[in-house]
Amino acid sequence: MSTVAKKFTHEPEPERYEFRELPIHHFALDRRDFFKFFGAGIIVFATAKDALAIQESGGAARQNHSDELPKEITAWLHIAEDGSVTAFTGKVEIGQNIRTSLAQTVADELRVPFESVRMVMGDTQLTPFDMGTFGSRTTPTMAAQLRRVASAARELLLQTAAKEWNTSPEKLVAANAKITEPATSRSTTYAALAQGKTLAQRIPDEDPVTPASQWTVAGKSTPKVNARAFVTGRHQYTSDLRPAGVLYGKILRPPSFGATMTSCDVGAAKKLPAAVVVHDGDFVGAAAPSETEAEEAVAAVRAQWKETPQPSSSELFAYLKQNVDTSERSDLTQTGSIATGLANAAHRLQASYTVAYIAHAPLEPRAAVAEWNDNKLTVWTGTQRPFATRDALAEAFHLAKENVRVIVPDTGSAYGGKHTPDAALEAARLARAAGKPVKIVWTREEEFTWAYFRPAGVIEIKSGIAADGTLTAWEFHNYNSGAAGIGTPYSVANQHIEFHPVRSPLRQGSYRGLAATANHFARESHMDDLAHAANMDPLDFRLKNIADPRLRAVFQAASKSFGWRARKTKPGQGFGIGGGIEKGGYVATCAEISTDDAGSAVRVVRVTTAFECGAIVNPDGLRNQIMGANIMGLGGALFEAMTFDGGRITNARFSRYRVPRFRDVPQMEIVLLDRKDIPSAGAGETPLVGLAPAIGNAIFNATGARRTTLPLAPRA
Amino acid sequence: MAPPLELEINGQKYPAHSDPDTRLLTVLRDELGLTGTKYGCGEGQCGACTVLIGGSPRRSCQTPLGEVMQPITTIEGLEKDGHLHPIQQAFLDLEAFQCSYCTSGMIISSLALLAQKPNPSPTEIVQFMQGNICRCGTYPRIVNAIQQAAKSMEKQAR
Repeated sequence: MSTVAKKFTHEPEPERYEFRELPIHHFALDRRDFFKFFGAGIIVFATAKDALAIQESGGAARQNHSDELPKEITAWLHIAEDGSVTAFTGKVEIGQNIRTSLAQTVADELRVPFESVRMVMGDTQLTPFDMGTFGSRTTPTMAAQLRRVASAARELLLQTAAKEWNTSPEKLVAANAKITEPATSRSTTYAALAQGKTLAQRIPDEDPVTPASQWTVAGKSTPKVNARAFVTGRHQYTSDLRPAGVLYGKILRPPSFGATMTSCDVGAAKKLPAAVVVHDGDFVGAAAPSETEAEEAVAAVRAQWKETPQPSSSELFAYLKQNVDTSERSDLTQTGSIATGLANAAHRLQASYTVAYIAHAPLEPRAAVAEWNDNKLTVWTGTQRPFATRDALAEAFHLAKENVRVIVPDTGSAYGGKHTPDAALEAARLARAAGKPVKIVWTREEEFTWAYFRPAGVIEIKSGIAADGTLTAWEFHNYNSGAAGIGTPYSVANQHIEFHPVRSPLRQGSYRGLAATANHFARESHMDDLAHAANMDPLDFRLKNIADPRLRAVFQAASKSFGWRARKTKPGQGFGIGGGIEKGGYVATCAEISTDDAGSAVRVVRVTTAFECGAIVNPDGLRNQIMGANIMGLGGALFEAMTFDGGRITNARFSRYRVPRFRDVPQMEIVLLDRKDIPSAGAGETPLVGLAPAIGNAIFNATGARRTTLPLAPRA
Repeated sequence: MAPPLELEINGQKYPAHSDPDTRLLTVLRDELGLTGTKYGCGEGQCGACTVLIGGSPRRSCQTPLGEVMQPITTIEGLEKDGHLHPIQQAFLDLEAFQCSYCTSGMIISSLALLAQKPNPSPTEIVQFMQGNICRCGTYPRIVNAIQQAAKSMEKQAR
């Protein structure tokens, strides 16, 4: 093997969700194998062709993949002879509570008690292929898929009972894990129907599913399924796993971004008796029975590096503007004519906004445990993309994908930060050399340095409004931070909206909400200034320019609950509003802040968030997500920013990188709009995008000075 | 090799063979398999590794093994005969977590707080818990859970 590819280059992580990889299905069990594996009972399966059809968008590239597909089958749901239900999904649990919400969905559609459903998640050997857990897609896509699966299983149970009773399925009713014939009152349990059977049902193309208005298990607050394991400390995160004989791994990191190794002497390290030292290309690491011994071995490596000049955070925004990547196509939407729109405007405005790099800082750092058995590799790792991690491992170690299994224990959060396979590759490389399982847990400093960041960006807006406050022109350029949420939800005849990719000085990638936070910050700050120019109330100005009734509804709900029309009572007090549409969710946020005379100390006193994501699956879980999104969002809004100089992160610790803590939390109010008539959208990300502009607008309201940078109050 | 140090953890004696300079967190997790206590930062800033030593909250990532002279309480010691501690129960009831990685440290810190102040005000809770990070942002629920736990502990004591 030449090298484990460790990409410490500046190659950007895919910032948009459409990863351009073919989904490759390898779980080629035939139907008999299913039952051997899971036991007798009832199975709902999909051929790979079905699986492709249900996967996310961006599938154009996949259509040339159909020739060998029918052989490949994946199981989605199994009803055992004791009536217990297991559902399979490649999605992973990272704190967003989908282990619970998906189980609710399955129970609801299958008509079984919630407690009888067990979810098997994120295991490349057991679960159907999945691109990854990102983009707020679990609820709209996976929950919908599992409903079809459960509906197919229910149909099979109905047919089976009908056959046994020599009647027709239409005369039967499925409820509470039983099939009943109302006319005769005879009844049988799912368990009894599954007894001694090996029945398999393919997912039909279309299947009627239960409308939200008739949900019984979904739609209600349901406690987290395995919560007891968490409050007792029994749950094993990846970083807690200790297979017999496990060694602890440490990796030699370059001194700075862009540094290349010119020489490396591992002689002294190899003399340490306890450690296994690996030097393979630019990968240098050690594994030992204790973390300390592994650290000592890495410290004994003598490496020379060639460092290259790197931009610093102080010159970041000029750098971004100067380094547009013209080899990447920009992303442009255009309607009407900006020139005409500006010519017809009574007020014109031009402004520039900046957004810093920030870190996900998941409390569980990147971690992996790798174990080789013969030429087969098993890796436990906290990743949002188990199948992509499997593929990366297979490629790095020249293995067939069938010989790599990636398992994702419920993970100590991710926020878009755990897409890359780094820790998995590192652990696997060391484990191969050591002939024993190896665990890698990144230090906090590594996490802050060698992971990747939410992209920084520069956003420039030129706009015009008529005398009555109608938008006439909207020109929007985003440099680097991304295209998510870039389109304006306001009605404007003349638009030019463009995302410009940039050669980012830091490794960057997905982050909760992606660029929607940056784009909403710029847009909603700018809208506030336009309202000011038109001498209109910021809420009235927005409502005047919004056609979408769902967006109007959240703005109205948030402002009503907040008391938007109330007069300010104290000096230094400010009210602000912001909102928008993203990933099928509608959000409006009102914030109250207080500042001192100089405006340097900013305290967020109160936040009201109104959110609508269609039919709500788990109201309490949703409230938890909205509250969490807003509290996490406070950090990026007020004070989080990576600082770097000479290719080194200069604040790679919690003592230097401030994240929101207990004291930062404002009074919070959450208003949920439940639209049972609209399919559910995801909710883990969008609730946070209105917060930063609402706070910025509240600061403007209090001080009369516009802040155009995120974070808004870095010294707060 | 020096004789092992003896630790009392959750009322049980454990021999610890690690070097006395080794951080208690590493001993608990890697040597003794008590993985409920978490690593979060290694500089005492996040509170994920909090344990009680002689009843006081300590950051086990900052505590060398050789300095531990008193009995230790970790998250594994709170559940008794299948019954959750009232603080665990309150966290469970109010779902005061998301990913839950911070939960052990939060619960142990709450235990220390309620031992000092059986009936803390929200402001006192915030002040005491300031050193514990929940990156998922469940702080308001944690404050409520501590208050609920205080009430049920008061009832138990009566």
